[in-house]
Formats: sequence, structure tokens, C-alpha cells
Amino acid sequence: MGKVMNQELRELYQEVIIDHGRHPRNFKKLEDHSHSQEGYNPLCGDRLMLYLKVENDRVIDAAFEGVGCAISMASASLMTTQIKGKTLEEIQQLFQAFHCLVTTPEPPSSVQNCLGKLTVLGGVRDFPTRIKCATLAWHTMKVGLDRNTHEQAVSTES
Amino acid sequence: MPLASSRPNTSVAQAASGVNWDRLRQDFPVLSQLIHGRPLVYLDNAATSQKPNAVIESIDHYYRHDNANVHRGVYTLSERATQAYEAARDKVQVFLNAAQREEVIFVRGTTEAINLVAQSFARPRLKPGDEILISAMEHHSNIVPWQMVCEQTGAQLKVVPINDNAEIVLADYRQLLNKNTQLVAITHISNALGSINPVQEMIAAAHEQSIPVLLDGAQAAPHLAVDVQALDCDFYALSSHKIYGPTGIGVLYGKRSWLDAMEPYQGGGDMISSVTFEKTHYNVLPYKFEAGTPHIAGVVGFGTALDYVSDIGLDNIAEREQQLLKYATQVLLPLQGLRIIGTAKLKASIISFVLESAHPHDISTILDQQGVAIRAGHHCAMPVMERFKVPATARASLAFYNNEDDIDRLAEGIKEVNRIFAGI
Repeated sequence: MGKVMNQELRELYQEVIIDHGRHPRNFKKLEDHSHSQEGYNPLCGDRLMLYLKVENDRVIDAAFEGVGCAISMASASLMTTQIKGKTLEEIQQLFQAFHCLVTTPEPPSSVQNCLGKLTVLGGVRDFPTRIKCATLAWHTMKVGLDRNTHEQAVSTES
Repeated sequence: MPLASSRPNTSVAQAASGVNWDRLRQDFPVLSQLIHGRPLVYLDNAATSQKPNAVIESIDHYYRHDNANVHRGVYTLSERATQAYEAARDKVQVFLNAAQREEVIFVRGTTEAINLVAQSFARPRLKPGDEILISAMEHHSNIVPWQMVCEQTGAQLKVVPINDNAEIVLADYRQLLNKNTQLVAITHISNALGSINPVQEMIAAAHEQSIPVLLDGAQAAPHLAVDVQALDCDFYALSSHKIYGPTGIGVLYGKRSWLDAMEPYQGGGDMISSVTFEKTHYNVLPYKFEAGTPHIAGVVGFGTALDYVSDIGLDNIAEREQQLLKYATQVLLPLQGLRIIGTAKLKASIISFVLESAHPHDISTILDQQGVAIRAGHHCAMPVMERFKVPATARASLAFYNNEDDIDRLAEGIKEVNRIFAGI
């Protein structure tokens, strides 16, 4: 890593994030989805379309397409890998834990344990203007599951 | 530095213009600070410029010694405040070379100036089938007010396309002018691309068909000498805060014949000569358009900013900024994966770019950690992003107080972005 990269920056742009940002997993349209929802932060220009296949209250497949910064793409990529196979209730808990991870100065270890690989996104909490990049995919998923309509894009810009 | 040889000799540059740019930089206190442990490099001048001591002190002095309402009190303080306020109007008249001081209307900024023209000038004149002509490189504030007035009147908004270099092609423009065109509203310099538009020719072509022209001068006024009589534009809009003055104040210049014929924009104090419940008589120009207590301190500070800029000379500023633009373009272009969006032949010191390795927001975050402030996003010009098929750009915009070291720091920061994201 470069000579001027400080601790906060190192924390934000971990290898996993760079990797998922450049080569997002599950980056495709899911033809047989049961839910789809657009997420869009107009000020940033981050935009994604999330596809979910839900059966018996369990997400059995998840994918997305979109454009955006490394944080938003990596967050969407990691999220789709983590929610596959989980029940809607488990996903609700994951959502709460993720929110806590990126907005709380010192998230409890229970949160860290619950999130597993997703903890790499914790560094974003030191960059207040970038938190909305990390949470866009998650809010898009929540609204998509809650309403199953996609009349209006979800935004994490207040 | 492979390009060190292309770096201009600063002392020669100083000798040419007689301006000591390094010393002028010291006039801007905000620039003397550390951000994340490194000296601040401020490269977001197209969004807003920093303020010299003279401007900050004039606002301080106004509130400490002269504060009173204008145009009414019969006492010393009010006379002083009025004098300072009106003296600033004279300074704007000289700055723009307006024929008369009454043609200078103080507003909140460029956005309000354009809205004023849309509502007080265009709206009463427009009918269904009429057209307003703008360009594909406008800021949202020179799009949305026209969309609103089109909605209100049934008129249509037409858009002059731009070529791949981000230039307006005059032949395309001429083709769109027709008997239905009621107004042309064009930016003098593009905030997102830096292009300097051929406004002289565009105004002449519109006037051949008696079509009035408004110029959005928000980006041009800080970077080149504007002469509204030579341009023969009908309206010119600008903001103080982009010319080293305070926020919240700006100017609408309008030809007196148009302004006289227009209805007021807002009602209130200062814009009337007499009021009864039956009938109100409006005040004369320019007060007809200045309802309510104005931003007096802002006007005073703006006047000081114009003095400051005029002392340096806009031709000197333009020359220095062109030097910096040339140097920045030379230093940035060879960086791996970097592409400049906006390559007009005539360009102001604004460089929009994208990198293959990283999104503009990631670039901006990494640069900020090194003390370098640039803008990332759509620059309030989403149709421009659409035109060049990018979701956003990173933008470095230079002022005369920037220098070659600032540009080297930017280049160093972009190399760091490439190291982090592409391992190069």
C-alpha cells in the first residue's frame, strides 16, 4: 500500500472492499426474481437494481446491477453473498447489526460476530459523508422486502 | 517528475504581469491550514471561492461601525450604510461596464437572477408554441427555472447540442433559432466542463431575429473580463461568492428598456413609492426589483471583492489561470487511466476527469485524506453527465491563488488512488 495511506483510509479501503468493488459478486439480473427494487442516491449518482428470490420466507437467491463508488458496489456485493439462504427474520437482524456497525463509534462484539465478513465495511463510520454509500443496498433490500413495489427508488441521502 | 521541464518559471510569469501571485495567496487566511496533517490544497473554486482578508474585514467593519437599514433613516449611520450599499452598485456597474447604475439589480445569487427573469420577463410574454433555447451544458439553475415557466405558459424548452469536445457548434445553434424563439439562455462558461462559449456570435445571431439573450455568468465573471455593452447581452447573471465575495448576494444586469417594462418579481418594502389599500405605485429602477431589506453587509463585502479583483486585473487573472490550466492538463493527462471530460479549445481553469481505477467519490475521499479538496459528483449538471455517459466526474477547479505545487499535490494524490485501487 502507498506511503501516504493513513490508518482510517486503510480501514476504509480494505482489500476485500477493493476486490468486491472492482469485481462485484452476483452482479447480474435475476430473471426469476420475486422481488426487485431500485436504489438511487441522486447527489452521488450511486444507482443499483436489487433482485431477490424469496420462497417460504427465505431468500434463496440475490443479485444486483448498478453503478457507483467502490463502497456502494462492495456493500451490495457483500450483502448479496451474505443474505442468500437466510430467513427474512435473520435478514432483519443482519440489517440492524449492519446499521449499528456503520453508525456506532464502538459497535458491541455481538454485532461484529453476527456480521462476519461484513465487518470490513465498519471503516466507513469514520467517513460521515460516505455512510450513505454503504447503506444504500441495505435500505434498498429492506424496502424491497417490505413493500415489494418499485415505484420509487430508495435513497439514503436525506 | 517526468514533466518538471514543462513547469513554467514562476518568476518569469510574475515579471510578465507584474503580479506577485505567491503574495496574493497570503491574503486568503483559510488557505493557511492543515487538513489531515497536510497543507490544504483547495481546488473547488467553481463551487465557491475563498475570501481575502479585505473582504472579511470590510464585512466586520460594516457590522462594527456602520450597520443600519438603507434608504430610509435620516441619521448618520443609515446614510453611511446607504452610501456603502450604493457605492457597491457603482462598482458592479464599472465591473460589468453597464451603461447605467440602474441596470444593476442586487439579488441573492445567479439562481435568483435567472428565476427573476423567468418570472418577470419571460412568463408574461410566453404563449403556447413559443420556445426558450438553452444548451446541453447548462447548470440546473439555468434549466429548471425555464422548465417551470414552460409549464406555466405552454412554451417549449429547446436544447442546443454540444459536440464530443463539449463545444456548442454555431451552425446547430443557428438552426434552432426561429420565429418562435422568445429567449436564449446560455451559460458563458460551463461549470462542469470549463468550456467558454462563443457568446458574442450567439448573441449577434439571436439579435438578428430580435431574440433577447440571457447569459449565466456565474463561472465567467471570476475568470474573464465581462463587458455587457460589448457583448450586447440583454441579461447577465452572476454570484458574489464565486468572485471572492460573500455568499447570499449576486447581481442581475438587465438592459434598462427591458427592466423598465418588467413587472416586479416580489412585493414588499423598498420596491414601492407609495402604498394605499387601493393602489400601490412601484419604485423606480433598480429598487423596483429589490423588495425587503437587502443583504447590505453582503453587498458591501461584494464591493470590496470587486475592488480586490480589479486591483489585480481580470486580464492578469485570466492569464495566470490559463498558465495553471495548461500545467495541470500536462501533469494530469499522462496519469494512468485518467480521461478529461470537456476538452473545448477555449476553456477556463476547470478540469473534470474520470479515472479507470476508481469512482469520483472514492477519488475525492482519498484526496481529502491528503488535504486536497476537489468536487466529485454531477456538479448540478446531470444532463452533462448523461451526454458524456458517466455517472459522475471528479473536478479540480483552479483560482489565481492556486499554484503549481497544488497541482503536483493533486497528481500525487491521484497516483495514490491508482496505487490503492489498481496496484499501479
